[in-house]
Amino acid sequence: MNYFFHLGRYWQFLRLLINKPEKFSIYLKLFFREMDAVGFSSLGIVAITSIFMGAVITIQTVYNLVNPLVPLWAVGVVTRDSIIIEFSPTMISLVLAGKVGSSIASEIGTMRVTEQIDALEIMGINSSGYLVLPKLFAAVLIFPFIVIISMFLGIAGGWVAGDLSGVISSAEFIRGAQDSFVPFNVTFAMIKTVTFGFLIVTISAYQGFYTTGGALEVGQSSTKAVVFSSIMILVFDYILTQLILA
Amino acid sequence: MIELKNISKSFGSKAILENISAGFEKGKTNLVIGGSGSGKTVLMKCMVGLLEVNSGEVFFDGRNFSSLSFKERKPFRQEIGMVFQGGALFDSLNVERNVMFPLSMFTDMTDAEKRDRANDCLKRVNLINVTKLFPSELSGGMKKRVAIARAISPTPKYLFFDEPNSGLDPQTAILIDNLIKEITEEYQTTTVINTHDMNSVLEIGDKIIFLHEGKKWWEGSNREITASNNNELKNFIFASKILRELMEKN
Ligand SMILES: Nc1ncnc2c1ncn2[C@@H]1O[C@H](COP(=O)(O)OP(=O)(O)OP(=O)(O)O)[C@@H](O)[C@H]1O
Ligand SMILES: [Mg+2]
Repeated sequence: MNYFFHLGRYWQFLRLLINKPEKFSIYLKLFFREMDAVGFSSLGIVAITSIFMGAVITIQTVYNLVNPLVPLWAVGVVTRDSIIIEFSPTMISLVLAGKVGSSIASEIGTMRVTEQIDALEIMGINSSGYLVLPKLFAAVLIFPFIVIISMFLGIAGGWVAGDLSGVISSAEFIRGAQDSFVPFNVTFAMIKTVTFGFLIVTISAYQGFYTTGGALEVGQSSTKAVVFSSIMILVFDYILTQLILA
Repeated sequence: MIELKNISKSFGSKAILENISAGFEKGKTNLVIGGSGSGKTVLMKCMVGLLEVNSGEVFFDGRNFSSLSFKERKPFRQEIGMVFQGGALFDSLNVERNVMFPLSMFTDMTDAEKRDRANDCLKRVNLINVTKLFPSELSGGMKKRVAIARAISPTPKYLFFDEPNSGLDPQTAILIDNLIKEITEEYQTTTVINTHDMNSVLEIGDKIIFLHEGKKWWEGSNREITASNNNELKNFIFASKILRELMEKN
């Protein structure tokens, strides 16, 4: 019952977003500001996550690959593909849901409980569009770049870790990483990333927008934003994988 | 002139406003008074369209506002200014940008023109030298004044204030009251003020309506209010024993 209520209201919220901007130049300015808030400011944590993720995948793959019929360089193939198809788009989106989602929900939630949203409405501004569209476009545009950076760093992390720990030589890893590359995997990853970016921004904004009460509720909204966007990322990861790869 | 005709509003099965009718005149400070929870904020939000009424109508100079859709209300909106209970300044913008905001959104003024207008408005509310500060760096009274400056920057015809002097010391409160009165007379706006501050009632209550449990209980002016025999109103105005004793002595 409750879920249907939220689903219905979320759908309505999305429809509210589709509206002609009051003033395009202002939306554009906000868009550039959000590119920084939503995207570039997350590069640090994305870099760290990606490098360590790549390192762990390489070492674990070597550890699990005990079959003498499979050559060691296959580790490079497995590392590359799992990073491109799954780890970079999904895991980085989960990290971004935590970082970007919570900040969007608390920003919009605070604006709600301090009547800043009412102040926008009273001036005749479509508040949901004004608050969400710049963030949405920024995320959908920037997330793919972040994920591509993550892919490079992840693979580089695997390569360095394999070499440093001595489990796979640099030459063998590179041989594998270049073997039978499927460009469509990157396209698939981008489709996932854009979908996840959309989910993170809209779900978090929705949670913030319908906050009632005070500071305590703003905190709860931001927690819910992270929980629900993470769950929906995993659900859509499954759906998209089933639809596109199966 | 704003007219309310039989406004009713409920949340779920809980009736908040019942059949409220009233008229608020141009160039006057019109007060809506009543205890906490009596429905003042809800009534104001119904008037400006932040909440939809269940029944009844709101007229702005004869134009029926409540029957319009969100889109049709847009041109109206630029004639309405509202100051919220907590100021509702935009945290991410400095004082000057806050006041310029409605101009940036809806006019084609150049940056210099907008800045001039913003500074005029800030001067009008006796704020200078704070233009580059952010809302978090202001005191409560300053926030209220910036909010007033923002509300008047697009020269609205209708001004709404939700408890403009709650949380302020008595002197600052009177300052704000006088400012509202001056602005109302100077720009000939139709001004509606929610308050439960007795000072404001006596000082600037050109026209007063008293809400109690969602109904209009009394209406009149500050000259008539202390003489009223309405019991609920008396309990509201003379909540303090000392005040009651003083009044009885006179
Ligand atoms: N969105 C809402 N949903 C349900 N009930 C509400 C809502 N907004 C207000 N109410 C209820 O309406 C009643 C009147 O509230 P309102 O905020 O108008 O009071 P008020 O007269 O402004 O009080 P105060 O002087 O404390 O600001 C209260 O009982 C409140 O619980
Ligand atoms: Mg109130």
